[in-house]
Parts: sequence; structure tokens; C-alpha cells
Amino acid sequence: MSLFDDFLLRATLAGIGVAIAAAPVGCFVVWRRMAYFGDATAHASLMGVALALATDLPVFAGALVASIAMAGAVAALAGRQVPSDTLLGVLAHSALALGLVAAALVPGVRVDLAAYLFGDILAVNQWDLAVIWGGAALISALLAWRWNALLTITLNPDLAQADGISPPRDSLALTLALACLVAVAIKVVGVLLIVALLLIPAAAARPFAATPERMALIAAGIGAASAVLGLQLSLALDTPPGPSIVCVAAGLFVVSRSLRALAP
Amino acid sequence: MSLIAARNLSVTLNGHRVLHDVSMEVGRGEIVTVVGPNGSGKSTLLRALIGAVETSGGVVMRDAALRIGYVPQKLHIDPSLPLTAARFVALSPVRRGLSVGEALDMAGAAGLERRQMADLSGGQFQRILMARALRSDPDILILDEPTQGLDQPGSAAFYELLDDLRRRLNIGVLMVSHELHVVMAASDRVICLNGHVCCAGAPAHVATAPEYRALFGSGTRGALALYRHDHDHDHDHHHHDHDHEPSDEAAG
Repeated sequence: MSLFDDFLLRATLAGIGVAIAAAPVGCFVVWRRMAYFGDATAHASLMGVALALATDLPVFAGALVASIAMAGAVAALAGRQVPSDTLLGVLAHSALALGLVAAALVPGVRVDLAAYLFGDILAVNQWDLAVIWGGAALISALLAWRWNALLTITLNPDLAQADGISPPRDSLALTLALACLVAVAIKVVGVLLIVALLLIPAAAARPFAATPERMALIAAGIGAASAVLGLQLSLALDTPPGPSIVCVAAGLFVVSRSLRALAP
Repeated sequence: MSLIAARNLSVTLNGHRVLHDVSMEVGRGEIVTVVGPNGSGKSTLLRALIGAVETSGGVVMRDAALRIGYVPQKLHIDPSLPLTAARFVALSPVRRGLSVGEALDMAGAAGLERRQMADLSGGQFQRILMARALRSDPDILILDEPTQGLDQPGSAAFYELLDDLRRRLNIGVLMVSHELHVVMAASDRVICLNGHVCCAGAPAHVATAPEYRALFGSGTRGALALYRHDHDHDHDHHHHDHDHEPSDEAAG
């Protein structure tokens, strides 16, 4: 018997872990206007989930592979230019539809799709928790290591090049971080709401941040608070936990923007 | 001994030949300015030198340890990205340790540390870009239209700063500029570019070259006249055949 036997504690820790990792990734998604890119990556992971279920592989691994494949494909298609909303929209929604069809075709066990679409945070076990925190640590370490390079590329790729940074290589690091985040976040909020967990805390943090680092830290705090409060809300009202977490984050976003609007 | 040089450089972008057979070099302590009409490949030449575009022929020669301070033509900062001037300057890779404060001082931008980049005026913004370029203790500054959007006093102050820096730090300066009359006064050498090098050399030499006149027309003769009035005291050796033409106007 250990501390982690309590399902609510495991769920809370899982939510906080994902929120912390999502904060810096989410900031880059906001700064680089990659929301649709995030959607495409997240939706593609559902296909990976279906494949993993069909082949008895871990769901996390399937989601990771599919996310990386989609993110890599978009990055390659787009080259150095920002891909159009249309192209990304086509990819994101096609991937989602394909994933849903593929999941329906998985023989044998009846797949509870809702768990993957909206998350199943209350069912997080100790192994899931280890994967989530391991993934979060990996993402944070990768972004911390390439932080200045990624910021410079975000500002101006030529500036980065003159500094001896390789924009394609570091963009790949960010893409990998995003794919990894998608894979660890499925269990918490599901593929449909992952991008919400990226965007909303970062957007809510913006009015109170003077530097990129502070924005990421505040976003992590807002994300973690959303996870804790969202779970409590879910228990109190008997609502689905993933969407409840996102609702709290959205509420904090409204509060943040209102405070800023009211401030002199 | 040049800091950076191009030999027979060619660049093709999207099937369009932007540069061909360009050879040039920049040495320590000199200011070299690239002029040319729109679409003549000026920015592409700078980007090829820093390695941001692939070359289709020729070579860029530079020491592997060469430190470049680059000031891009445009730097759009997304409103979603909070960024103070100090944090922006601190983004540059430091090898020999110039503090952010020292870099800001050197660029004449002291006191702007805590300001958001988005709130700076055009002149302040350019000085912050310069501070960032200087912080990495560069061997050469490469600037793409650094005075774009500045008024005339602001622009004059910027060129003065540039001249002061290259003397104090003994660094090379390569820049693109549209302000022909200032170019002629502020540069040691001028490269006139139009896909290829039309002519190059000392400002006085380039200004009188037929290729340069063909490219810039009568407007430049006005600029040239201005240049001569300001900086050539040996009037006896020059022909003033165009100085008083009615069409004389300084190029903008």
C-alpha cells in the first residue's frame, strides 16, 4: 500500500504533470501561431491509439508514433513556409475522421472511444503516472536546453542562422516536444482537448508576463491550478474531468483578461 | 585579409536566378555598402553570406570562428510574445562576455532595459537590434537597411554610431542601404548590385561609373552632386557638367 493508491491523488498528479509540460510547449504554439498544427498532431494520435489497440502495443507508444509521423509530415510539407490554415485544417480533421474509423474497425474488445477523445484521468494508474512525469521531464529538459535557440528562430530565422543556430533542426526539437506532449496528455484530457490545454493557460498568462520565461511559468501555474480545481469540480458536479479542467482554464482566462482590461 | 568573401556566388530562388557570379569581400575596419534597385538581390546576398539561403554556385569564404552580428531588415514581434529589450539583447550567444548593460551602452540604448520591444520607437528598436548584434562581440556587423523607417536625424545618428563602432572595435561593416547620398559619405567601398556586381570600389569611383548612372538615373546625379559638395574639396579635377541641371534632385 502506498500513497499513490488514492485515485484522486494520482489523477491530480497526472494533471499537474501534463500542465507543467504543456506550459512551455503551449507558449511556443501561441507565439508561432501553431494552434492548427497542434490540432493536426493531436488528432493524428487517435489513429495511433487505434493501431496500438489492434496490435496490443501500449497506447502511449502508438500515439507517440502517430503524432511524430503527422508532425513530421506537416513540417516536411510546409518546408520553411508557414503552412496554410486550409492545409492544416484538412490534415487535422481527416486524421480525426480516419482515427475514429480505424478505432471502429479494431476487432475484439469494444473500444471506449470517449476515454481517448475526452481523457480518462480518474483511471490513471501508477504506470501511467510514471510515463506522464517521465514525458513531462523529457519535454521540459528538451525545451530548456534549446530555449534561446527556439526563441531566436521564433523571432527571425535569419537572426538564428547568423548566430550559428540551425532553424530546421531546432524546429524539429519543438515538433518532437509537441508530439511527446500529445502522447502523455491523451489520458488526461483526450485528443480533442489537448490543444485547449496548450493554448488557454498560455493565453491567460500573457497579460501578466514581461518576458517569455515568466509567461511559461505563469502558464504552468494556471494549468496546474486548472487541473486541481477542474478535478474537484468534476467530483462535486459529477462532470467529465477532462472537459471540467478545460472549463476552469477557460474561466481563469476570462478572469485574467478582465483583470488586465480593468487595470489602469 | 578579408573577414568574409564571396567568390562567383550564384543563388537561385524558386527557379529564379537572383544572384550570379557575385564576388566581393569585407575586411576588418571597413564599411562596405551594397546599393541597387529593388529586387537586385541585396538582401539575398546578405542572407547567402550568413548561410540562410542555399547557394547554387560559387563559395562563401569565412573563418569557421567568425562571429557575425546580424541586423535583419524586418523583425516582427508577435503581440503574444512578451519581450523586454534586455531579454532580447540577452538572446544573443555570448562567447567573450559583454554584459547586456554594456551592449546597450555601446549601442546608445542605455535605459531601455525594461521596455517592451513592441513599445519602442523606430530609432530605439534599431539600437536594440544593434545592441544584440554587438553583445556577441562580433568580427563583422551585417545590416540590412538599418535606417529604414528612421527620420533624417535618426538616420544620421545611426550612421555616426556605426562609424564610431567600427573605429573603436576595429570590426568590418557590411550593409544594404537605399540612402544613396549618405552611402557615398559613410562608406569606404560601395558595391552596386543588380543580380551581378555592376561596379564596385570607392564611392567617388562608383558614383561616376556609367553602370551606376544607368541604374540610378538622374536622381542619383543629384545625390552625387550633394556628395561632391559635402566631401570633395578638390573641385578642379571634376566636371560639373550636371551640377546645375534643372532636373537635379537629391535621391530620397
